[in-house]
Amino acid sequence: MLKLHHFHGGLRLDGHKAKSLQRGLLQATLPERLFLPLRQHIGDHNKPRVEIGERVLKGQVIASDSALICAAVHAPTSGTIRAIENYPVAHPSGKIDTCIVIDVDGDDQGVEPNPADLESLAPIELIELICRAGIVGLGGAVFPTSPKLSRGKVQGIDTLIINGVECEPYITCDDILMRFNAAEVIRGSGYLQRILAPRTTYIAIEDNKPEAIAAMAKALAEHPLPDTEIIPIPTIYPSGGEKQLVQILTGKEVPHGQLAFDIGIFCQNVGTCAAITRALEMDEPLISRVVTITGDNIAHPGNWEARLGTPINHLIELAGGYQHEASGHLVMGGSMMGFALSGSDVPIVKASNCIMVMREETIPKSPGYHDECIRCSKCAEVCPAQLLPQQLYWHARAKAYERTREFHLFDCIECGCCSTVCPSRIPLVQYYRAAKSEIRATRKAQFKSDRARLRFEFREKRLLLKKQQDEERRRLKREALQKKKAGAGNGKPQADPVQAALDRVKARKKLAQED
Amino acid sequence: MFVAILTISLMAGVFGLVLGYAAIRFKVEGNPIVDQIDALLPQTQCGQCTYAGCRPYAEAIANGEAPINQCPPGGQATIVALSNLLDTEVLDLNAELGEHLEIPLLAVIDEQICIGCTLCIQACPVDAILGAAKQMHTVIADECTGCKLCLPPCPVDCIDMVPTEQSIDDWKWPAPLDPLELVQDA
Repeated sequence: MLKLHHFHGGLRLDGHKAKSLQRGLLQATLPERLFLPLRQHIGDHNKPRVEIGERVLKGQVIASDSALICAAVHAPTSGTIRAIENYPVAHPSGKIDTCIVIDVDGDDQGVEPNPADLESLAPIELIELICRAGIVGLGGAVFPTSPKLSRGKVQGIDTLIINGVECEPYITCDDILMRFNAAEVIRGSGYLQRILAPRTTYIAIEDNKPEAIAAMAKALAEHPLPDTEIIPIPTIYPSGGEKQLVQILTGKEVPHGQLAFDIGIFCQNVGTCAAITRALEMDEPLISRVVTITGDNIAHPGNWEARLGTPINHLIELAGGYQHEASGHLVMGGSMMGFALSGSDVPIVKASNCIMVMREETIPKSPGYHDECIRCSKCAEVCPAQLLPQQLYWHARAKAYERTREFHLFDCIECGCCSTVCPSRIPLVQYYRAAKSEIRATRKAQFKSDRARLRFEFREKRLLLKKQQDEERRRLKREALQKKKAGAGNGKPQADPVQAALDRVKARKKLAQED
Repeated sequence: MFVAILTISLMAGVFGLVLGYAAIRFKVEGNPIVDQIDALLPQTQCGQCTYAGCRPYAEAIANGEAPINQCPPGGQATIVALSNLLDTEVLDLNAELGEHLEIPLLAVIDEQICIGCTLCIQACPVDAILGAAKQMHTVIADECTGCKLCLPPCPVDCIDMVPTEQSIDDWKWPAPLDPLELVQDA
């Protein structure tokens, strides 16, 4: 049995998970229309690959790009492209972004699947297939999986961690997936092992999910994988964070500014493993995901496998609609790291693991201000990244962003432990997020101004060079002219050619007259 | 006594030679403070500071000829950064020179009207306009600094300054309301 380690701090939270686990894994019906944001991953932008009015088949690429950190978007069902326009998307800003809108025709007709002969494929070819399927990390970070795998392959991986921890309250989509689709998760882990060739593989699941652990153990027995162990880990938030999970399982800390694979550890979420299995075995790209619909204002909470692009109000209808109030306060993600949605017309994207439908009164109304810090340092006690939240808070509030960086602001995983325990109810994470966006914006502006300086200096140089060349040319010309003049002065005085011609004409005329 | 004087003079002479050599060998080219100031300026090269570009303004600041509040594109953030660097007082932006825009501008050429005179190309300080004589010109949006220097030379007035498009990536998390500010407002 593996000896487990502890990470610093963390919280024991009320899970609120039971009520969305009652109904198993449900299949969501197709809505009338699907709204697919062009970009559903972290990284570069996609370009649309379809035109308005075009008929698309399920699984057809509708947006992609050749950039490295990119994941294609596929049509989740057959239908006609209605528009490529700005629509509200699931983003903390509540802003709009370019979406491809598909009028669903209901046939659900797919492109002919053409599964490859997996046995004969090399790891690099498997990565290529995963890339084509548009797979991203489904744990919430939505980082494209194929570049992560390529990098991991290059770095060399010692330990593969399959993350089925799901530590955040309210979210149960991974739990349900492991209970009802454990075989796909296990086979997907097998493909990851083939690609990365790790020495050991841990499948980590929080011990508040005994059914999922049992189902995964059964699937692993049926489909044994080499050097693979299912590890139940204690239920402490945020044990599902990549760095925290690495520490629990291996005792190693991911160094500042590095990622897990820099120390030979590769983490992947269970949902991603299932998606990899589907992509490789059935040639089915990432067109659906399991979403938890829960909260205290929804009639029948549960988990649905929904096509990407399904508007949230469609899922709310499937879940029996709102329970108490006519509309609810919608949050995407869990109660710790989730963010409020602008409305129920926002579509499900690759990142949507959970939609919380809450009563207005449950969400504590922000008074618009907070009390002052009393320096109790509870935040530092619970911080899983071992930061000094108080110091970060003072500097972030004073907009001393350089100082926040010295206190390792960018190691903050925004888990929300500090804000939860703060007796003054200071929205600490919001301060950190604001500071991070300011620093990123400054960095972007600095990058642009550095480019402008280079271009300006290059132009100055070019103009100077041109001026020098012009001057040089003029000087040469002048010299040549002077030489010519001087040459003409030194030689025999030549008769004027015009005069000579005139003389010749005169002579000829004279001759003619004489005749 | 005599030995002591001789020793000290000898040492002074040796150190003097070393220092003199070091001053020549490790001579710093240019004025490093100008580089540091220049690095903080936004490099729009717009000339709103009344100097012919960011570097001339940086030189003027370094020589004490210009105050640090003459850069509208940089705004208050640049003034604060400059005051930190130079350890001087934070000033308010000189409003006579222009106002600071939160969202930078982008020059857009109306290609229907453009006659291809190349005057704007010659005016652009960062070579962000592409075109040739009697050919349509266009602005390379990523390189445009929004300095407006292409506007005056255009004989047909076909260049517009529009705010750059703000995508979801440019969105910033708003900071929480500061309780102290609320108290001050009340």
